[in-house]
Amino acid sequence: MNPQLSRRRFIKAVIASSVASASYTGLQSANAQDSSSGVVERLISLNINGRTRRVDVLPQETLAYTLRYKLGLTGTKLACNRGDCGACTVIVDGITRYSCSTLTHSVRSLEVQTVEGLQSADGTLHPVQQAFIDELSPQCGFCTPGQIMSTVALLNENPTPTREEARQALSGNLCRCGAYDHYLNGVMRASGQNS
Amino acid sequence: MSDYKHIGKDFVPPDITGKVTGKAKYAEDFRVDGMVFARMYTSPVAHGRVTNIDTSAAEAMAGVVGILTADDVPASEAPSAAILTNTPAYIGDPILAVAAEDEKTVEDALAAIKVDIEPLPFVTDPLDSLVSGGPDAREEGNVYSRSREGSGFKTVKWTSEQIDEFRAGKEPTGEFVNEWNYGDLEKGFADAKVIIEQPFVTTGYAHMSMEPRTAMAYWENGTCYVHGSAQSQSFWMPGLARMLGIEVKDLVLISENTGGGFGSKISAYPIAGLPGYFSKKIGRPVQLRVTREQEYYMGSARVGFQGWLKMGFAADGRATAADVFIIEDIGANATGGDASSAGGAISLVYDPASMRFRGVPVLTNTTPRGAQRGPGQNQIAAAMAPVMDKAARELGIDRLEIRRVNAVNNDTTVNEDQGPVTSAYMKEALDKGAVMFDWENRKNKAGQKGSKVRGIGIGQGYHSAGANGFDGLVRITPNGKIHLHSGVGNLGTYSFASTTRAAAEVLKCEWEDCVVHNGNSEANLPWNSYQAGSVSIFTQTRTNYVAAMDALEKMKQIAAETMGGEADDYDIDGKRIFNVETPEQGMSYGAIAARAIQLGGAYSGQTWPEDIHEITQRSVQNLAGSGLIGVAKDNLPRDGVIPGLACAFVEIELDLETGKYEILDYVGIAECGTVVHPQGLAQQMKGGAVWGMGMVGLERHVYDPQNGLPANVSYHQCGIPSYLDVPSVTRTGAVDIPDPQNPFGARGIGEPAMGCSVAALTSAISDALDGHMFGRTPVSADMIINHVTGGEQSFLPLQTNNF
Repeated sequence: MNPQLSRRRFIKAVIASSVASASYTGLQSANAQDSSSGVVERLISLNINGRTRRVDVLPQETLAYTLRYKLGLTGTKLACNRGDCGACTVIVDGITRYSCSTLTHSVRSLEVQTVEGLQSADGTLHPVQQAFIDELSPQCGFCTPGQIMSTVALLNENPTPTREEARQALSGNLCRCGAYDHYLNGVMRASGQNS
Repeated sequence: MSDYKHIGKDFVPPDITGKVTGKAKYAEDFRVDGMVFARMYTSPVAHGRVTNIDTSAAEAMAGVVGILTADDVPASEAPSAAILTNTPAYIGDPILAVAAEDEKTVEDALAAIKVDIEPLPFVTDPLDSLVSGGPDAREEGNVYSRSREGSGFKTVKWTSEQIDEFRAGKEPTGEFVNEWNYGDLEKGFADAKVIIEQPFVTTGYAHMSMEPRTAMAYWENGTCYVHGSAQSQSFWMPGLARMLGIEVKDLVLISENTGGGFGSKISAYPIAGLPGYFSKKIGRPVQLRVTREQEYYMGSARVGFQGWLKMGFAADGRATAADVFIIEDIGANATGGDASSAGGAISLVYDPASMRFRGVPVLTNTTPRGAQRGPGQNQIAAAMAPVMDKAARELGIDRLEIRRVNAVNNDTTVNEDQGPVTSAYMKEALDKGAVMFDWENRKNKAGQKGSKVRGIGIGQGYHSAGANGFDGLVRITPNGKIHLHSGVGNLGTYSFASTTRAAAEVLKCEWEDCVVHNGNSEANLPWNSYQAGSVSIFTQTRTNYVAAMDALEKMKQIAAETMGGEADDYDIDGKRIFNVETPEQGMSYGAIAARAIQLGGAYSGQTWPEDIHEITQRSVQNLAGSGLIGVAKDNLPRDGVIPGLACAFVEIELDLETGKYEILDYVGIAECGTVVHPQGLAQQMKGGAVWGMGMVGLERHVYDPQNGLPANVSYHQCGIPSYLDVPSVTRTGAVDIPDPQNPFGARGIGEPAMGCSVAALTSAISDALDGHMFGRTPVSADMIINHVTGGEQSFLPLQTNNF
């Protein structure tokens, strides 16, 4: 390698690394749009876990941002904030969605379910939550809410999946601890097939 | 073992319900009134000097509350990392931070900051720096050596011929800076019937913990409160306090849950101190959010190796000599030490009669390195496994047998000083795994169907897995509850809770009557070890044991003082202490605790042992008078290396047309003494297996050598294994023979759980390709195709951090 840095190379480096200083917040399009444009109504109603929530939402705000920072539903996790890992998975009208990559305004008329909406009012855990405890599925737990939401959506559609079907259905949820085997055990137990 | 009430039994860890309900709080889930949002401006160049910073436009923006630069934080001497720097040494090195009332404003402010940087030479591959005339990653030199005799920069250059010969697989002849040896190496090779030489590369790669290192801090009455993503709990305190320039007593660390660490969060890392300084400067609580991209730039990464090894074996397979030379990529902050640990692992796992280690730690302008799950041990596992296989083939002995004859056992001596091990049963682990995997039948079934070939492999993993000298603290309150105070970090292994069960075991109490206190230094926690190096299980079962024994002794003394007789007349069971001769004469745990408060003194924490750490002392002071206090430093005997061991067997099916392979079966066996928490052990073994599969086939750093840019800054680009990259079922087992130097016989396992997978999978890939040795991780599909078709590889031999 040539140790001499040419001016051209230096400029190229700066251009190429502009992403290095760009940070994603959940308002990632905030800088591209003026939030004061006023075209979109900001005070909207959302259906979150069966309850209507009135919330002030910027036009470019993601659902993960709204859930975590406007509604205090911090069970939905942000690990990559770019649709790469599934930690922010929620269920929208029965379908799993990466909430980091979903604009809040796009779910205004839809039913949003988060991990906080699974437990019964009397405190009884959802069968998936209980199965994940029984199988010691989580390790660090950061990806767990996403794994749970993907499992709930799977079992709603397919109550007795094969292990391979579960593996495919959860493949959009990364786990750095590598707890995949224990998560699949949890899915099988939750579906009444044990493991 | 079967007599234990808690040890060796599964339980519901107290934090798991929060993890499945979303109620578990991680650092970024906390917000306080008045909190502002901070972001970092990080270096866009790989090496440079800041000549001007213009924050005027940012500061003029409504909502911007402050700027923090390197002038506001303590300077650090190169190559150590600073919180903020004016001499960035890698792309992503933090230069300044800005804070604002809301997240949009802070992003806008960041974009308005102008920083002029004079670029300096940089390097991303150690060999490009080592060659004569090559750039140095630091102005002070290109090598940084740490040793007991002294640490410092050096400039080490090899001739281009020496580099070329090294790349060609010959023994390196260039200058080295670290060396140790034992035995007669010359005689060892003379005694060998087979000698194998092999160059190797293991590329560094990111830790990729799911939780970014977001942190929040604020000050109240001179105390700094920090919500951080910490791998350890008590162990973080002195370092973080030092970084903040305060005493430990003036720091509160809250780290209830941590989204993974894997070595990257063992001690307080520099940016954990940033919110504290920023908060002090602007008088507001500050949350620093760290993005996923920033995690890749300045998070941390495994040390990369470029090395050469030569092994000699006698006719019966015994290793007679090992000669290893490792150039390690220690990033810009000279964090590493992996190479010597790799040498240590060779000495223990393969037990050569003689050995020499030589190394050169080379600085590069890449992501800071740090300990990563089996630092050194697990890289060398990849290089060694195919070498063992090749030796077995050349000697005409079974691949399992060559590992059995060299297996570490109770009489093995290890490392440079050839010291003892506390205990070791690798042969038993191999035998158990061979039965579970059905090695005898499967080893003869290799074959090819169409383009698919089968390969089977064996691997061994090791890491020293224990420490001593830390404190334990338990408390019994008048309501009969047993309070187990754990200063262990909650990084996802459940060891913060499983180790407290040692105290529950001694106190013969029900788990339902126990309350575990952890995750917040205000919860009065004892001084405990780092949660790294697979140490927690060995170390903290000992601390819980000594604390509970102290509590038990005090209970007996109080019983004697209250009911007459001698302390030894009493025993415990069924939540009461009673006279052994007249069992009806007794007191409940609650009554004993109330009596301890009445009697005061050491019984209820008014006094404490002199040898406990100041953190434990303060906790005891805070708890004094609230119950019976059991507190002690672990002064139990400990002599020798405490080996965490594991072995694995794997079968793959490799497609010669696509270069891809599928892992058909995986068996991992733990040799970690007594099993403390079966489900937790299985989790570690299976998670470790996934990590090994990632290292062998997927994970790597890639840098643009023209600009020093990291080219992969997302999970999938970096190759984190997904559900579809690993088998859906992995099988595990354990030897379960107690270690004599732990009261319950336990040792740790987290790192060997990965090393055995690394070794077994490289062994299986080599087996599928008729013993071919790539001498490189990761092994990509392209590499396999190039090999099968006889084509050239797309990189120079020993090149690293490359596409």
